[in-house]
Amino acid sequence: MSDLLVARSDVGEFRKRYKWMALFALLACLTVIGRLFQLQVLDGAEYAAIAHENIIRRVVLPTTRGVIRDSTGKVLASSRPSYDVEVVPGRVMPSSRPVHYRNGLALPRDPDSWPKLADILRLNPEERRTFEARIRAACSSDDDKSPCWKTPILVREDVPRDIVAELKQHTDELGGMDIVGVPVRFYPFKELGAHMLGYVAEIDAPMLAKYRPPGYQGLPREEQQRVNPLGYEGGDTVGATGIEHAWESYLRGQRGWEKRVVDARGRYRSGPEAERLVDPPGKLDPIPGRDLRLSVDVELEQAIDKAMSPHAAGSVVAVDVRTGRLLALYSKPSFDPNDLSGGEGHARVREAFNRLYANPLRPVLDKTMSGAFQPGSTMKPFSALAALEDHMVDPEHTEKCEGYVIFGHRVFRCSHVHGPVHLHEAIERSCNVYFFHLAETVGMDRIARIAKAFGLGQKTGLGINPEAPGRIPTRSWYALRYRGQFRVGFTLNMAIGEGDVTVTPLQLALAYGALGNGGTLYQPQVVRAVETSDGAVVQEFPPRIRRQIEVHPENLRRVTDALYDVVNDPTGTAFPARDPSLDIAGKTGTAQTGYITKKGDEPKMGWYLSQDHAWFASFAPARSPEIALAVLVEHGGSGPGIAVPVAMQIVHEYERLQAIRLGHTPSAKSPPPKSTRPPGGRP
Amino acid sequence: MRLHSHEVGLLGRVREHFDWTLFISVSLLAVVGVINLYSATSVARGHGDDYIQQIYWLVGGGILGTVVAAIDYRHYERLGYALYGAGVVLLLLVFILGREIRGSSRWIYIGAYSFQPSEFMKLFLVIALAKYLHDDPKSEGRTLRGLLVPAIITAVPVALVMLQPDLGTGLILLLVFVSICALTNIQTRSLVALGVAGAILAPIFWGYGLRGYQNERINAWLNPNENVLTYNWDPHHARIAVGNGGWLGQGFMKGSQNQFNFLHEQHSDFPFPVFAEEWGILGSVGLVALYGLLVLWCLRVASSAKDRFGAVLAVGVGSIIFWHAVFNLGMVTGLLPVVGVTLPLFSYGGSSVMTVLIGVGLVMNVSMRRFYASPTRPTPLLGF
Repeated sequence: MSDLLVARSDVGEFRKRYKWMALFALLACLTVIGRLFQLQVLDGAEYAAIAHENIIRRVVLPTTRGVIRDSTGKVLASSRPSYDVEVVPGRVMPSSRPVHYRNGLALPRDPDSWPKLADILRLNPEERRTFEARIRAACSSDDDKSPCWKTPILVREDVPRDIVAELKQHTDELGGMDIVGVPVRFYPFKELGAHMLGYVAEIDAPMLAKYRPPGYQGLPREEQQRVNPLGYEGGDTVGATGIEHAWESYLRGQRGWEKRVVDARGRYRSGPEAERLVDPPGKLDPIPGRDLRLSVDVELEQAIDKAMSPHAAGSVVAVDVRTGRLLALYSKPSFDPNDLSGGEGHARVREAFNRLYANPLRPVLDKTMSGAFQPGSTMKPFSALAALEDHMVDPEHTEKCEGYVIFGHRVFRCSHVHGPVHLHEAIERSCNVYFFHLAETVGMDRIARIAKAFGLGQKTGLGINPEAPGRIPTRSWYALRYRGQFRVGFTLNMAIGEGDVTVTPLQLALAYGALGNGGTLYQPQVVRAVETSDGAVVQEFPPRIRRQIEVHPENLRRVTDALYDVVNDPTGTAFPARDPSLDIAGKTGTAQTGYITKKGDEPKMGWYLSQDHAWFASFAPARSPEIALAVLVEHGGSGPGIAVPVAMQIVHEYERLQAIRLGHTPSAKSPPPKSTRPPGGRP
Repeated sequence: MRLHSHEVGLLGRVREHFDWTLFISVSLLAVVGVINLYSATSVARGHGDDYIQQIYWLVGGGILGTVVAAIDYRHYERLGYALYGAGVVLLLLVFILGREIRGSSRWIYIGAYSFQPSEFMKLFLVIALAKYLHDDPKSEGRTLRGLLVPAIITAVPVALVMLQPDLGTGLILLLVFVSICALTNIQTRSLVALGVAGAILAPIFWGYGLRGYQNERINAWLNPNENVLTYNWDPHHARIAVGNGGWLGQGFMKGSQNQFNFLHEQHSDFPFPVFAEEWGILGSVGLVALYGLLVLWCLRVASSAKDRFGAVLAVGVGSIIFWHAVFNLGMVTGLLPVVGVTLPLFSYGGSSVMTVLIGVGLVMNVSMRRFYASPTRPTPLLGF
């Protein structure tokens, strides 16, 4: 053994190597230390910032959209919670990602949580296949910017509560799944007042581009705030039409944010240890959207809906003649804004729009202001007023109506043979022949001046939906439009609200309101006040007078007296359909639609569309009016027969509601007040 | 040269010859390593008790190291090739008994325990090379032919390890060989020839010899800020954690990148970022200095060794520790691409811990026996 352990070696060969080795080792240590100095000291602040960014996530604190209430406080539009389920493709189905290796070993991937999620959501095999294909497609590559990580896939919208509860229970097993709480707009009265309220929709590309122009992300925060004060983001819900759209900036509110500590798996950490890491300011509270108090009374809307129930299409506008505040805006057929606001998914919205646009009765159109119609005989009071104002016609002068009159080579017809009528009777019995003669005398431009003074043919500036301006033609308008000779027939048609005259029901209601209140044309308003979410009034909107119309009170009274007799004199056109308990003045109208049946029309629909529009414009009570009403029944037929009963029901309901609101039960059928027209007014 | 007095007794002689520097620096590394492992695994699911297991292994490794240190190293010289042969057999057994984990078989399972023969092979290689050089003293420069046998001794385990595949360990084995060769006197001509051959072969290997994932890792290293969510996650977040340490660090158990799970493999290949984030440049430079001290001390022990075998042993063990530390620190700081190389005494793992401690035992052995009196004096087993 001893000879085995004999040292035979000559260590000298190694001797001079050690110091080189030591030098090499020292240099290696210094290199590492140099690198550490670079990372920890020179670039330390930079890495600390990245480290901070890694663990701090700015979580958006959602705001709530303002509630819209009617004049009595009933909720017309609010938000309800809804839950969408989204998945991050690379996390919910790690097996869809390419395999990566470390040290030659395939990196382990978490198990798929997708099958479990699909089970809980009760997806059918077809849906499963579709989504799995989409996930695989997203994860064909999994680098940092791949949709595998960056683009969550929306699996289900508006998931029922019980399923949400089940999902939350299994959160730990459902990595990559996200339940996104999305408030969905809710309209409890559905179709009622839908055009006025409008609906909400996902922000569209042009609007987004307006608030987030190219390069927006790179702007400093203050500049972003200036360009996009309400903080719009892709996928946001915004008001698309109606009040939702017009009052968006009030209703929207402003998002807040909060800095939360997250770990690498994106889970939130709380507790003092985590909060220590948040740099101030840690939070910006969201500002809830403002609530709107409308002047509209939803019970009146319901009454209108009931009164309009026999008719397929039409529009009603009720306005408070003392303030210009709108009491009802009604357009039929309507749509359910709940379907369009995305509560139950995009597919539902698309389907609803397809259905709406296919309907020939144009349910999407807000007929109170976006549709312009010939006013028919409801135009006559303004023609009469024009004649009286300019002393062109002696009100006692009579014209003999033989049921038609010939001007030039054309026959202009009247509804009946009225015999000799003067101005009052001509309005009361709606004699066209009288007005043809009147128009010939007065001329188009004088009538147009008065009609425009009352706001006809002009946008009202209500602004909640795009307004059709309507049209009050003048000679110059014809001069521009026609190469040929101006024809007197244009004037005759215009005087009775036919031909090229069009108005919106809103214009007509406001104009009749001005007739009733002595010539004050109000700016229509639908929002009465802006309130905070706890009911405090932030801003009130007092009535605004658009203009005081310069008409002689004597002349105005002459016309309104005639309007009273339209309803209350046995010869008046509206008399047969009147409600004796009501005190109403108004004018019927039957406007020809001029529809020519086309080939390929469904016979029934062709017949329907060729029917006249039935009008009744009125105000009540006749002597001290509160409400002005324009009722249009599209293709309803005759104004007296169709539109008047509708108006009667509405005014009746209005009176009943007023009585309740003012604190006393409606008295049983008060007798109609005596006519106060001047004695001897009627020969 | 000192003569032993029998009055001092065995324990006294041990106390007298004991290498305290080696012992204290290694103990310090082990203690700090366990503390760091505790923090590193405090948030890693399924690794919470790793530090306790690591303590068991440290104790086991300490005992083995003590035994190894106690037996006169010249007995190992005698058994050199036998140990080497056993190591190669174990490496072969991996292919038969080893279960494939994550695309690679590296472990042999014995009951509930498993061990990684490639770790121990590093020591066997050192012993085999030491024996060869011990038996082949040369006064003139070595030629390429003279290096052929040690090259073959190295190539066999390297090839077996690469087949597992385990690039990191293969690389360490090669570098241990290079380090030991650097100790010898090689003819300038041969060195030049080696250099030329290397310069020609390296690009070929670079182009064709690397596997897909290895190319991917080199690309990741060259483009450190890309693909940070996939294969560049570990080095990217390691750098952030290191940088986040700053001057004084975030404090023990307070490193946010570790506590919030941004560091993966923090118990195995990436424990240093945890340490650097918690203790700042103060702690990390201290740690590097400690490794440096350990390596330099091994060289010192080698230089004072009484025979070639002991010198090569100490240099070999020192080079194992050195290359492990350099590659690990290099890869976590982004100086080098990711190669799966552990940080001695910081990384969790029984085979790795025991290999290091047994190696240190060998160095201690050489260090303590630098005083023996006569090269011809017969020694008992313990060699004092």
